Amino acid sequence: MPLLEIDSLRVGYGSRVVVKNVSLAVEAGELVGIIGPNGCGKSTLIKAVSGLLKPASGKVRLAGHALATLKHAERARLVGVVPQSPNLPETFTAVEVVMFGRTPHQHLLQNESLEDWKAVEKAMRSTDCWQLAERYVGELSGGERQRVLLAMALAQEPSFLLLDEPTTFLDINYQIEVMEIVMGWKAEDKAGQKRGVLAVFHELNLAAQYCDRLALMSKGEMLVMGTPAEVITANNILRAYGASVMVAPHPVNQQPTTFILPTLHKN
Amino acid sequence: MRLDAKGESESVPIERNRAEQRRPSGMRLAGSPLYRNWKRRAVLITVGLVALALVLLWCSTIGAVSVQLGDALSIIWNHTLGKIFPPFSETYTQGHDSIIWDVRVPRVLLAGVVGASLASAGATYQGLFRNPLAEPYLVGVAQGAAVGAVVALVLPLPLFLYSVGAVQWLAFAAAAVTVAAVYGLARVGGRVPTTTLLLAGIAVGSLATAFTSFLTYLNADKLVTVYSWLLGGFNLSSWDKLLQTLPYIIVGLTLVNLYGRRLNVLQLGEEQASNLGLNVEALKLVLVLAATLMTAAAVSVSGIIGFVGLVAPHTVRLLTGNDHRLLLPLSAIFGATFMVLADMLARTLTQSEIPVGIITAFAGAPFFIYLLRRKKRMVF
Repeated sequence: MPLLEIDSLRVGYGSRVVVKNVSLAVEAGELVGIIGPNGCGKSTLIKAVSGLLKPASGKVRLAGHALATLKHAERARLVGVVPQSPNLPETFTAVEVVMFGRTPHQHLLQNESLEDWKAVEKAMRSTDCWQLAERYVGELSGGERQRVLLAMALAQEPSFLLLDEPTTFLDINYQIEVMEIVMGWKAEDKAGQKRGVLAVFHELNLAAQYCDRLALMSKGEMLVMGTPAEVITANNILRAYGASVMVAPHPVNQQPTTFILPTLHKN
Repeated sequence: MRLDAKGESESVPIERNRAEQRRPSGMRLAGSPLYRNWKRRAVLITVGLVALALVLLWCSTIGAVSVQLGDALSIIWNHTLGKIFPPFSETYTQGHDSIIWDVRVPRVLLAGVVGASLASAGATYQGLFRNPLAEPYLVGVAQGAAVGAVVALVLPLPLFLYSVGAVQWLAFAAAAVTVAAVYGLARVGGRVPTTTLLLAGIAVGSLATAFTSFLTYLNADKLVTVYSWLLGGFNLSSWDKLLQTLPYIIVGLTLVNLYGRRLNVLQLGEEQASNLGLNVEALKLVLVLAATLMTAAAVSVSGIIGFVGLVAPHTVRLLTGNDHRLLLPLSAIFGATFMVLADMLARTLTQSEIPVGIITAFAGAPFFIYLLRRKKRMVF
């Protein structure tokens, strides 16, 4: 049974349909990347899976449960989300913000338990931000904030992670760091059950390096799905993005690597 | 230990870190309190309650007739616990007994209760709208509540309806409509920016004020009643009034304090709060209704008193940070203390009584300007 199953999903904002008839499955242990030009419906798809948008039609199933039947807290114990533009309250400390991740495990009247603290410490250590615990979020750098945000999602102890362009605005060292953390988290088992990740990528080369499978979207529809080598071809990139690029195997690991071809005003 | 020294605190347990914590330089607001620090929380709330009790007692001895502190204590004891435990001997006159127990004690208590609700409502609106300038008066909710209360005052309602809270309920209904209108007008793409919030607040508040004036004008026979109530104040306090208001305020205070931690989570924004498993729409509804209920109950007994919901929460923020689990109870305590003191000044500064709203505006308006000026740097 796939961890995430999206079946002919149609979703949008009001009468404007942004995602049309998309089907996708993420198996346990998989990292699936979604790529595509701006406005193709990548983020909307993520919002539909995280329950923020109600589908116009089609189904989303998480670990076998229909998304529509899950309560808010039940859903949040299954799936954690790292949003694209984080809005972190600057006057809280990093450890306080990561503790917010424990919300789906806490009742209204319950205080933080030892278990919550253990989960927070584990999440912060695995994302290398434990040493930032007492710092105010407003003082952290972009890379540090992203790690805190990731730690918050990990503290939720979900089986599934949704990442919406997790490395945008980050320097290349932080891009690698964030992806390595996600890979490490995915490799761990949660009570014998394998975890899965669905991530939106801006950066094609990063997606090709880390994803097991890729889905290329264009104008709200799925253009092509498969291994990075199958999806990232010069022809597909031209069809989806309208840009002429060259694709060649990575010299070390043979993953498809995209090269920009500047054509204008060059002698 | 320096907190920003990289790696140094790597293996240090959080508790020790906390005990020695030092604010990193450049902090604009004093730090938010840390989780699990229940001791600090309990100490701060206890200190606040004791200070409030002392202020209540002290303010009840001050007035046109001043009463000895010891006498005031004896009078209060004999009217309450003295009925169960041995009473103090009556060294005071019957006149003093009546001044303290029938006039001053209900008055200071009512002022305290109203201050606590306006301050809590302010703190709740600020957390909900994620905007530091949300306050019952500035967003027009108080003026909206006033419309409902004036309608109840000028309509020839059967008397028994007043005893079951007709004024409070009509004020609540009108305030709920107002807050819905302001929120709807001010919301831009899921956020409530300061500019639109203040504009919507001014617009809706002005409309409500115009409506109130119109109603007052149409009912000239009740002009004195309505106008003296509208000015805001506690000169008509009584035990009856206090007991009529108290239930609503207790319900409101309990509700918002229950949701302190969830209000913290809401500071991440509505989408992320939903991702963390909160039913955001339900949460907002409960909190708006609770804050509006408190505002309406306060306005229906004391008229429109501005700025308390701004002064109290922000003073607490400056002292202890933004954790709503501490912010909400301390704002209530501070708001109560502030209002009791303001009312004491209102009735003692001049020969005749001045409306307490003048005192709170003197303290609050400069605070408002200060917040507005630093708004750009103030992050919620």
